[in-house]
Amino acid sequence: MSRKKEQKTIGAVMVVGGGIVGMQSALDLADSGFYVYLVEKSSSIGGAMASLDKTFPTNDCAM
Amino acid sequence: MVEVGRHPNIELITLGEVLKVEGEPGNFTATIKKKPRYVDETKCIACGECVKKCPKKVPDPYNAGLVKRKAIYVQYEQAVPLKYAIDPEHCLKFTKDKCGNCEKECPTGAIDYGQKEETIKINIGAVILSSGFTPFNPSKYDNYQYSNFKNVVTAMEFERILSASGPTQGEVLTIGKEPREPKKIAWLQCVGSRDINRTQNEYCSSVCCMYAVKESLIAKEHLGKDFEPSIFFMDMRAHGKDFERYYERAKAEGVKFIRSRVHTITEDPQTKALRLGYVTEDGKMQNEDFDMVVLSIGMTADASTHEIADNLGIKLNRYNFVKTSDLLPVSTSRDGIYTAGVIQGCKDIPQSVVEASAAACYAGIKLSDVRGSLVKEKKFPSEADIKDQSPRIGIFVCNCGANIGGIADVKSIVEYAKTLPNVQYVTENLFTCSQDTQTNMSEIIKENKLNRIVVAACTPRTHEPLFQETLRNAGLNPYLFEMANIRNQCTWVHSKEKEKATAKAKELVKMSAARASLLEAIPDISVGVTNKAMVAGGGVSGITAALSLASQGFFTTIVEKSDKLGGAAKHIAKTSNQEDVQTFLLDLIEKANNHPNIEVLLNAEVADASGFVGNFETNLIHNGEEKTLSHGIGIIATGGEASNTDEYLYGKNDRVTKWNEFEEAFEKADNPQNIVFIQCVGSRDKKRPYCSRVCCTSSIMKALKVKKKSPDTNVYILYRDIRTYGEKERLYKEARKIGVIFIRYTLENKPVVTSGKDYLEVKVFDPVLQVNLLIEADLINLVTAIKPSDNKKLAAAYKLSVNEDNFFMEAHAKLRPVDFTTDGVFVCGSAHYPKPIEESIAQAMAAASRATTILSKSSIKISPLVSSVDKEKCIGCGLCVEVCSFAAIILEDIEGKGLRAKNIGASCKGCGLCAASCPQKAIDMLHFKEKQIVASIQAAA
Repeated sequence: MSRKKEQKTIGAVMVVGGGIVGMQSALDLADSGFYVYLVEKSSSIGGAMASLDKTFPTNDCAM
Repeated sequence: MVEVGRHPNIELITLGEVLKVEGEPGNFTATIKKKPRYVDETKCIACGECVKKCPKKVPDPYNAGLVKRKAIYVQYEQAVPLKYAIDPEHCLKFTKDKCGNCEKECPTGAIDYGQKEETIKINIGAVILSSGFTPFNPSKYDNYQYSNFKNVVTAMEFERILSASGPTQGEVLTIGKEPREPKKIAWLQCVGSRDINRTQNEYCSSVCCMYAVKESLIAKEHLGKDFEPSIFFMDMRAHGKDFERYYERAKAEGVKFIRSRVHTITEDPQTKALRLGYVTEDGKMQNEDFDMVVLSIGMTADASTHEIADNLGIKLNRYNFVKTSDLLPVSTSRDGIYTAGVIQGCKDIPQSVVEASAAACYAGIKLSDVRGSLVKEKKFPSEADIKDQSPRIGIFVCNCGANIGGIADVKSIVEYAKTLPNVQYVTENLFTCSQDTQTNMSEIIKENKLNRIVVAACTPRTHEPLFQETLRNAGLNPYLFEMANIRNQCTWVHSKEKEKATAKAKELVKMSAARASLLEAIPDISVGVTNKAMVAGGGVSGITAALSLASQGFFTTIVEKSDKLGGAAKHIAKTSNQEDVQTFLLDLIEKANNHPNIEVLLNAEVADASGFVGNFETNLIHNGEEKTLSHGIGIIATGGEASNTDEYLYGKNDRVTKWNEFEEAFEKADNPQNIVFIQCVGSRDKKRPYCSRVCCTSSIMKALKVKKKSPDTNVYILYRDIRTYGEKERLYKEARKIGVIFIRYTLENKPVVTSGKDYLEVKVFDPVLQVNLLIEADLINLVTAIKPSDNKKLAAAYKLSVNEDNFFMEAHAKLRPVDFTTDGVFVCGSAHYPKPIEESIAQAMAAASRATTILSKSSIKISPLVSSVDKEKCIGCGLCVEVCSFAAIILEDIEGKGLRAKNIGASCKGCGLCAASCPQKAIDMLHFKEKQIVASIQAAA
């Protein structure tokens, strides 16, 4: 790996949207050696899934 | 969520909007507009005092607008970050320069009306877009009467009505002046989906059939036996794993399924009953009254997707979702920008989560050279050895504003705590969780040489990690900590009984202190990782997973049972978007064969395996010889295959073909007049009660090909439900337009095929015409069920579970769709469930992403809260081994003693089953030792 390349590539990722998808992407990346900025337009993360009651087929609680 | 909020390498930018992304893949600069929260996040402790005095009510989007919240709010109780925000569009301070109550009420001075919008620039290597969708808004479509009748609600609203955290605490009631339990509810499917008459949304939203079935079943649970749910639908699309069983269960439990689209909804002005007008399949006009109507609204592209696409310079597809391709399922049109979830097309939660990991994998590949360059690690002072010290307990009692102090007498709790055994120090804090108190606590611990800490405050669920970190900062092991929940379990529930609340709080503190005296320091467990991977199966899924890992520098062995790579994809010409599979597959195989980090073993099979996450040893049979592999993770990609059949004269008449045998037979056929496809052969029946997911689309593609080549040939598709989910619906529409004839049959009244002289006779009952049809078919194609490859050995080798249909079972159907309960092993492709190639590719990338979270480390930390065996007491009966679901306890032969149980910390989940089942009481759970729990109970007695 050349020194020049090291300076050029940034070991951070921006994830746009803090629902279940954004959170999973962010966790996978942060757990494998990258810094993650998770950008969410509302005041907290969670997205649509946080509003769901239970999920099928297991009827597990969505929260 | 909490994990995201606490991760040292995830920075949350809430109230943020991306304005632009400049630069090159690997080195972008993003500009983000961050709106003000008007609440200082470092000061807000989410006590909720502000809300009590806020006079302005605003419709609550979390509850789908069914109820109101205040202009200062948290979205919901478990929100991350749990910090209040002010909605400036409604707050009186901003709209009328009045009020200011929240500023007066806030005990920590967190309200800041002067906050300004900020523009932030961040430097990144890659971008993932995952901002979701907007539910279809039915208000302007008068046929649904959503705007006119109160008891016509959307499915999102009904979801909140069902929820225990919703406006009715989960009690299902009609809406209006006199709410009552509904006797009959109708669900109307395809509202804003598969509808080109009233909307532009020709696609299927993929999820509504199943959520309607779910809502009807849960409503039945709430409302009891007499409740009558009905679902009005066109095709019941239960195409996901275990969905068909769920659908059958709903039928058995009395959910009525009516194949019809409701044309008119009227309301009785007196009784408010909703009258639904519809036509049954056999052409009869019907009117039926219901108490409520739930609209199963579809998903549409969010308005912000357009802005994001413009701002970032990426393309959208015809439905305004982010454009991707089948063979690159999470790549946008701009290199270095990836996309996952419903922002790029309708799909359910598991598929969205799969894509999330797949997108992470793509980003990881792009940036693998600089992995680890920007991550931060928290550093703590070294831990004091307290083993030989007698307990010196410190107790911190929290006022939590009025939450605790307003009800219980905190001063008397403090005085009481001082009298308890081993207690050296007790103090009272206004807010124990605030930043400055944490620093103070750390100093107090050091000054007073405290070696056990009790915080009497709220719940460990949200606050234990924070206080454990404080202990670490003070040089104490984090497990020397105990919480007494004197808020949620005491003052909140006894707010009207102040004296009793104080007495109970004292008891809770006494219990915690008794347990704290016996707490022990527990060192972290860390295990080394072999940075190599083993992939079982050399089809598209297996090769994709292997290449994804190899290109990040991880050596990967592909173990393929047959004598060549390629798997089932060898028989697939095109994807549903007409992308060429064979060119792609050849390229994939060539890359795998030539990659320096990939070893391909053909004619090879896993015989058995041992070890645990990071450290597996697998014994293979390769070309008849034994071989051992050491690897850190395993990926199961053994695929599936078309099952055989003896139905419909298959094997007895050459004109009856199966799956891809069709192409050759069609080429050979001399000007065929009639071609018949029979769907669900061996799927969705007693033996295989699941849908094979790919067959409807596959037959329609073949039918289209026939029609385009030979327009005069009549093509019949005999089906049970057409399941062209998502954007595949377009193919179904095209087929009907071009003249493919679709005839529905039922399991009770299957088509009958007999040999004629020069043709085959197909008898089928047409439910629309209500007559028996006779088709003289030149050629019949059967789409038989997709079954998993034989997977018994693999399942046994790695202790993996399979479902009733023998597909491998993931750790969680929704949230962990590629993980197994066995850590370090992952699943992808049709071994998990039948799926089209684009979904297999995404899942293979997802498996690689999950694997990378392990392979990228030299060692992994594991929760040390595991079982421990006292070898002197153990008699080697093996009961613990039997009850353990995680293969985390084994029997080992100790010389002179015989068999003794041994815990494998890396595999143990700390569930405690082994400890509970041990007849000798030889097993104890660390941090939850019997003596610790008993001490706590005795203190209460």
